[in-house]
Amino acid sequence: MKVSDLMDKYGLTLYSGESGLGKEISGGYVSDLLSDVMGNASENEVWITLQTHQNVMAIASLKDLAAVILVKGFEPDPEMLEHSNEEGIPVLGTSWGTFEMAGKIYAELNR
Amino acid sequence: MKKFRADLHIHTVLSPCADLEMSPKNIVARAKETGLDIIGITDHNSTLHAKLVKKLAEKEGIFVLTGAEVTTREEVHCLVFFEDESRLEAFQNFIDRHLPHIPNPDGHFGYQPVVNENENILELVPWFLPAALNAGINQIQHEVEKLEGLFIPAHIDRPANGIISQLGFIPDDLKYDALGISKHISENYVRKHYVVGNKTTLLRNSDAHYLQQIGEIYTQFIIEKPAFSEIKMALHQQNSRFVEIYEDNHRSYS
Repeated sequence: MKVSDLMDKYGLTLYSGESGLGKEISGGYVSDLLSDVMGNASENEVWITLQTHQNVMAIASLKDLAAVILVKGFEPDPEMLEHSNEEGIPVLGTSWGTFEMAGKIYAELNR
Repeated sequence: MKKFRADLHIHTVLSPCADLEMSPKNIVARAKETGLDIIGITDHNSTLHAKLVKKLAEKEGIFVLTGAEVTTREEVHCLVFFEDESRLEAFQNFIDRHLPHIPNPDGHFGYQPVVNENENILELVPWFLPAALNAGINQIQHEVEKLEGLFIPAHIDRPANGIISQLGFIPDDLKYDALGISKHISENYVRKHYVVGNKTTLLRNSDAHYLQQIGEIYTQFIIEKPAFSEIKMALHQQNSRFVEIYEDNHRSYS
């Protein structure tokens, strides 16, 4: 499944990083502690979080993540948006909470 | 230059996690007893006890940095200090605008009393004070800078609520006057294991929540006299002022 498929299927908002929409998704990771994500997320995962600081993009890039999904209507800080575009890693948004969003993606990837 | 003992991270009874004995009066008495020259009053997201501590401490010849320990939206704890009452009040207004209204019914998380010098309770703050403000770390730093205050991310080595646990690393574009380290860790350990600029001043504070923790640990300021401007110069290692973390050889640090 590609990031763009996920976006279409769940009506996610695209904030930035459009050039990365073709990336293939291998799984997901959920955490709001950036140090935890640095240590434990894997390549090509989508990261579901409510953190909107620019460090999110630095870590997404370091870990080669496929995309970041901001929950509960959170919007990226301007610097986060800028880095997302530079790195070509999409930042998507949803009004769902983390539990719902992660549940849907988990079910989809494990069908 | 002279050496002054400082502990810049002390909670009062207003913080829900602090002991009820942490009244302004008792804090000043304990600071005096343990030989501290400079103390920082840093309640969670509140400056409401700082002025009273300052007033009481002045009579004992102790200099007080008035401020708070703010919780940023990213849940990073940062110490902030302001030079005078008007700036302190301006920052309190900023907190009031950004603190979410999470109730603390019947002191569920601990009571949050504002007291007077006779230890009578004037009010109980209704909202849970340590909650994350609706303001990010950069926004808060800008606000503090606008008010010419000091901005010091606290206990950066802690597994929770430190800048590194919350943000993975210290953002390049963040400005700060110094970094705080927690009381059981050595300066060497932090410099070896964390990415911290060589020139960055580290401060080790007690983060006291109980009276007996005051004075257990201190940092020495080598300055002319205890004053806001002198302390600021020391944090930035200017004009021969500097800071030295006191390592007690009888204690073991990690």
